Amino acid sequence: MSSDVKPTKGSPVKSVDMHVGEIVPGVPKKDPIIVADHVTRTFGGLTAVDVDHVEIPRNAITALIGPNGAGKTTFFNLLTGFDKPDTGKWTFMGKSLAGIPSFRVARLGQVRTFQLTKALSLLTVLDNMKLGAKGQKGENMFVALLPWLWRKQEEEIEAKAMELLARFKLDTKAEDYAASLSGGQRKLLEMARALMSDPTLVMLDEPMAGVNPALTQSLLDHILDLKTQGMTVLFVEHDMQMVRHIADWVIVMAEGKIVAEGPPDAVMSNPAVIDAYLGSHHDQDLGEDPDQEKENVNAIKELLDADDKS
Amino acid sequence: MVDFWQIIQNAGVELISPTTAAYALAALGLAIHFGFTGLVNFGQAGFMAIGAYGYGISTLTFHFPVWGAVLVGIGASIVFALILGVPTLRLRADYLSIVTIAAAEILRLIFTTNTLEAVTGSADGLSGYKGGFADLNPIPDGTYGFGPWTMNAYDLWLRIVAWTIVIIACLLAWQLMRSPWGRVVKGIREDEDAVRALGKNVYFYKMQSLILGGVFGTIAGMIFILPRAIVPANYATTLTFFIYTILLLGGAATILGPVVGSIIFWVLLSAVSGFVARAQAAGWFDLIGMSSVQAGQTRFILVGIVLMLLVIFRPQGIFGNKKELAFVK
Ligand SMILES: Nc1ncnc2c1ncn2[C@@H]1O[C@H](COP(=O)(O)OP(=O)(O)OP(=O)(O)O)[C@@H](O)[C@H]1O
Ligand SMILES: [Mg+2]
Repeated sequence: MSSDVKPTKGSPVKSVDMHVGEIVPGVPKKDPIIVADHVTRTFGGLTAVDVDHVEIPRNAITALIGPNGAGKTTFFNLLTGFDKPDTGKWTFMGKSLAGIPSFRVARLGQVRTFQLTKALSLLTVLDNMKLGAKGQKGENMFVALLPWLWRKQEEEIEAKAMELLARFKLDTKAEDYAASLSGGQRKLLEMARALMSDPTLVMLDEPMAGVNPALTQSLLDHILDLKTQGMTVLFVEHDMQMVRHIADWVIVMAEGKIVAEGPPDAVMSNPAVIDAYLGSHHDQDLGEDPDQEKENVNAIKELLDADDKS
Repeated sequence: MVDFWQIIQNAGVELISPTTAAYALAALGLAIHFGFTGLVNFGQAGFMAIGAYGYGISTLTFHFPVWGAVLVGIGASIVFALILGVPTLRLRADYLSIVTIAAAEILRLIFTTNTLEAVTGSADGLSGYKGGFADLNPIPDGTYGFGPWTMNAYDLWLRIVAWTIVIIACLLAWQLMRSPWGRVVKGIREDEDAVRALGKNVYFYKMQSLILGGVFGTIAGMIFILPRAIVPANYATTLTFFIYTILLLGGAATILGPVVGSIIFWVLLSAVSGFVARAQAAGWFDLIGMSSVQAGQTRFILVGIVLMLLVIFRPQGIFGNKKELAFVK
């Protein structure tokens, strides 16, 4: 592992020193798991993603932040094959992924969750979990007819699912339909389900949105735990407090571009980031779009709050 | 006076009739498509037509033995499913329904056109293909059964074969749906992107489901023509909607639902039409000024009302899970 660890009292162990050279947007990493080049995606006249170069460090927790509409989800969709870029290429563990369909990306070990939770409503929570397991013999139509060929594997998968569900405090819900879960529980289920495949890289799109604060702490611990188990985490999050708490590295997107990156503390005091959240026109009339401005001001407040508390 | 005993007897015949079996099997195929995988196939009549004509043409034109004719039908059905699925299964769900409804109609028109009369018999259809199946009958001549279920050796043979196939198909579907394969397919019904994100080849599974349910429909089409002749008009879109009715009646994501749904549908239809015919003979419809043609159509109205009541008061179908329905958006 290229990253040194700096234990801090009472807070998670952060990976540091992952980059090479001066920290600028697109800085090379010592051990990148994803390397993307010239990835662009336009919707009509709107350029949603325009990433010149970015590298995601391996076995670290990277946060992707940015204002609403910055292109974070679109970038996730591109990296996971759910959307096709106009230009660009990227590699995952040295393997080029451009043009690879989404299900194959997942099989390679790059598993994602969705911002708008996709619980499989009319499947039980346990079936949701089992669906996440890779390499199931019984998923072949003909083998499915011969249960003795897959029953043992099914039991192993079930045991693993129950273990994960217990960790996410969903084990009592195992036999319920996923539709009966609350919004926050669905987020948890989706994350647990993604982990059923033993991924190398977990990509979480706003995993904390709608999860109550009591559970947030345990979810944070899960995410930190993933790193301990050797996984890499890339997550989108608006809660700066949380980003600061667990992220080893932060990448900031605005209007499709990577505008800043670096360790959390450094990034949050970066003027480019404040710019990104206020919009590049913040020197102009504030009355233009009151809602947007209010949101931006709140984001800034959060940034500053987070600064104060550390 | 209306002879109710006779009406009940006639309705009883439908309980185990090969037609009931054929509809049950076609509805089971649709359950695999619609109920379990979420594929909105509006062309089940097309799959049935392929079974009917595949069997009939192979037998009459090419003099194939029974097993050969059955294999031709199944092969043609797989090709049909591929033609429907390859362009549409990657697209949004509604495209499949548009393409299937159109494709089934195109098939029916091809079978009706005069150009192919030598092979398809055009609007008159085909008959005289039952010899091969009758020759396989191991049951000695005679009269079997009792009451409304009194039949000759051919009818008994046909019922045994038809219902055995239905039972085997039910067992197959049941085993598949409780396996990991069934889990993937049900996951696709709920949200195919989520299933993709878990590394499953969604397109491939949808294709397998389309083929399997289609083959069930095709075999149903073969059973359907053994007690009657092949008439192209039977394979209109209404056939597909009757099968949907049966499916919803029994419960869309169930195995026994299609079978019980088909039995109820046919028993009910027979009872209602028996009643209407006799009531009309007794002059009841003249009282409200209905012509005989209008009276004949009332059976579908009555059946429609009964089915609507069932769907209103038991929307999950007879075998459907009430709990499941609580979450339907
Ligand atoms: N399918 C689409 N069609 C048209 N425009 C789109 C589409 N998807 C995204 N966009 C646009 O692309 C931009 C980036 O959207 P994206 O969802 O990636 O933002 P985001 O950074 O994830 O925002 P949020 O934090 O609100 O989730 C937005 O302006 C959005 O309107
Ligand atoms: Mg987003």
